[in-house]
Amino acid sequence: MAEFERKDFISIKDISAEEILYILDTADIMKFVLSREKKKAPHLSGKSVILLFYENSVRARLSYEMAARFLSANVVEMNVTTEENSGGNLLEMGKLIDQMGGDFIVTRHSMSGAPGLLARNCAASVINAGDGLNENPTQSLLDLLTIRNHKKGFKGLKVSIIGDVANSRVTRSNIWGLLKLGAEVSIAGPATLIPPGLAEYGVRVCGSACEAVSGADVIMALRMKREGHYSALLPSYAEYKGLFKIDMNLLQYAKEDVIVMHPGPINREIEIASPVIESRHCYVDDQITNGVAVRMAVLYILSLNSGAKGGGCL
Amino acid sequence: MNISINNARVINPDGSESLRHIHVKDGVIINVSANPPQEAAGSIDAAGKYVLPGFIDLNCDVCDPGYENREDMHTASKTAAKGGFTSITCLPTTQPVIDNNTAVRYVTDQGKKFSVVNILPYGAMTKGNLGLELAEMGEMKKEGIAGVSDGNVSVFDASLMRNIMLYASMFDLPVITFCENRLLSEGGAVNHGKVSTVTGLKGKLREAEDTFVARNLILAFHSGSRLHITHVSTRESVALIRFAKERGVKVTCDTCPHYFTLTEEAASGYDTFAKVNPPLRAAEDVEAVKEGLRDGTIDAISTGHSPVSIENKRVEFDRADFGISSLETAFALSYTALVRSGALSLRELSEKLSANPAKILKLEGKGEIREGCDADLVIADTESVRRINAADFASKAKFSPYDGREAFGVVAGTMVSGKMVYIP
Repeated sequence: MAEFERKDFISIKDISAEEILYILDTADIMKFVLSREKKKAPHLSGKSVILLFYENSVRARLSYEMAARFLSANVVEMNVTTEENSGGNLLEMGKLIDQMGGDFIVTRHSMSGAPGLLARNCAASVINAGDGLNENPTQSLLDLLTIRNHKKGFKGLKVSIIGDVANSRVTRSNIWGLLKLGAEVSIAGPATLIPPGLAEYGVRVCGSACEAVSGADVIMALRMKREGHYSALLPSYAEYKGLFKIDMNLLQYAKEDVIVMHPGPINREIEIASPVIESRHCYVDDQITNGVAVRMAVLYILSLNSGAKGGGCL
Repeated sequence: MNISINNARVINPDGSESLRHIHVKDGVIINVSANPPQEAAGSIDAAGKYVLPGFIDLNCDVCDPGYENREDMHTASKTAAKGGFTSITCLPTTQPVIDNNTAVRYVTDQGKKFSVVNILPYGAMTKGNLGLELAEMGEMKKEGIAGVSDGNVSVFDASLMRNIMLYASMFDLPVITFCENRLLSEGGAVNHGKVSTVTGLKGKLREAEDTFVARNLILAFHSGSRLHITHVSTRESVALIRFAKERGVKVTCDTCPHYFTLTEEAASGYDTFAKVNPPLRAAEDVEAVKEGLRDGTIDAISTGHSPVSIENKRVEFDRADFGISSLETAFALSYTALVRSGALSLRELSEKLSANPAKILKLEGKGEIREGCDADLVIADTESVRRINAADFASKAKFSPYDGREAFGVVAGTMVSGKMVYIP
């Protein structure tokens, strides 16, 4: 059986397909815990999980906190979203948490690569909850789990990703993960919002939403930022909708049993049309549940490894 | 001082090699001959090694005054000597900025007191290096500046850039420009391309360099001034400069060793030591830069020595300073990448490190080995391999993306004005 022998969980691009599947298998077991009346498992009892979020987040923080509490961990939330609260240097923060006996640091940071830097410089296990425009690896795992639950495998699976790819870190994670697992990835979005060089990594970059979703098994719509953010990149939401909104008409180009996903929260009628959200194709609620399960899985797997096992300040 | 460097392999202008004895007196080469001089008081045996004209760095940040925590006049000069550089220019982006004659005099005086190599200050082309008003180039010229520089911060205003060129031409000063249109590079940390995508770091577009190279070439074409473009790093910049030279524009340019020995991949693991400006580019750019060096489009190799403190490298990639400590590695990396690979002859490399920079800055008696020239020499052992060990750097910035890499081309001694300033 495959293993995951790392101190930290930082990215999808740095781990193997086997490691990804191992985490997904573990997450399936965690879903069983979540399905019971008493949602409590003892595996992280006596361990501390520090939520070190340098960027605001409500949903992700809640998801991690629930996951950690279901596994009986102590959870400490740190408010470091403003300059005054940030406690200065990231590495000093890592050292501080080590000295205080923290076992896990779940961190979200506006700078790409920051969680990796922290991980290399502290004893606690670091989990990347999103860094800059680099990755959001657990968000990706929940997408992969959702796909696997409904499509039973990744080889040859046609996945279309539609929208603001440039500003989506989860899409970066998804692209690396899906390619490793043997899926075919097509993307479409405004040309000003497509990062360079994706074709060289094996992604099919399409000129239109229709082209990207043709024959798709999975459609992943991406979240748009505020309209004002795009003034130099996109004329308006209205124009975006006309080109890239996932509506029932567009679904006709995809496979009959296509599933539609979204990292949430959805801007209705901009990214996805309401009838699609209400339809049998939409799996956004599954994604949310799976998010808790994969975060439980990652915490549990890391707790088996040396970094967290050696926790304690003395 | 009366000394002879004996049994030196010397490269003749036609590319052939001779075994020569170089007799130096009072800081000047007085004789280069096949026979050892009788009257020399001392001698250095260079058997098996080349003696080349001392290297001249067209783009070096000495950081003094103001940023002595990064480097100072003494350490910069020791570092230069160790790298075979006998003259280094000083970027004006110090604190205060070198934009007036008093500041130039300070640098010159510091150089006399603390430097073991020749110090060639650049004057800022604009006051405070802010890109808003012309600096007093004439006054600074009287104090001996070697050129006017934008301190690796491009002048954004095209009209002002045109005026700078016109005004500098009154004093026959070369205009040293760094080309980066900030609107196309703002916030960037690596090259815009494969690596920016895979790391999620913001990219600096090649267009930022290319558009300003094109702009400056056009301005130089119309003004007729002497333009020098530093830090050429993209394929299109090389092509544009090649085209401009064919059109008769008075332009010269340089690149740095990292732009022909490393690609953007060096930063793919968030290695802040590989964070430089302009960013390391793609393989096709590296090839184009090499081709530019080979066909003469790129006249010179500068080091781009830009030391920063380690505290500002051991941070998040976005937060890390741009900079590299490169005086000590420039020759070995260039020799290995260009001469051992067959792209350039040693004579051609020597020209790009010495003769051409001397011509660009119009330095009398430098960049050549012949009677009457300054005894600024470097003894180069091209047969030995050495592992680059950043911890041993003379520079205050003891880190390098090349740490641990092996390279041919060891500096076995450096002489400035007849005095040995570096002996390993």
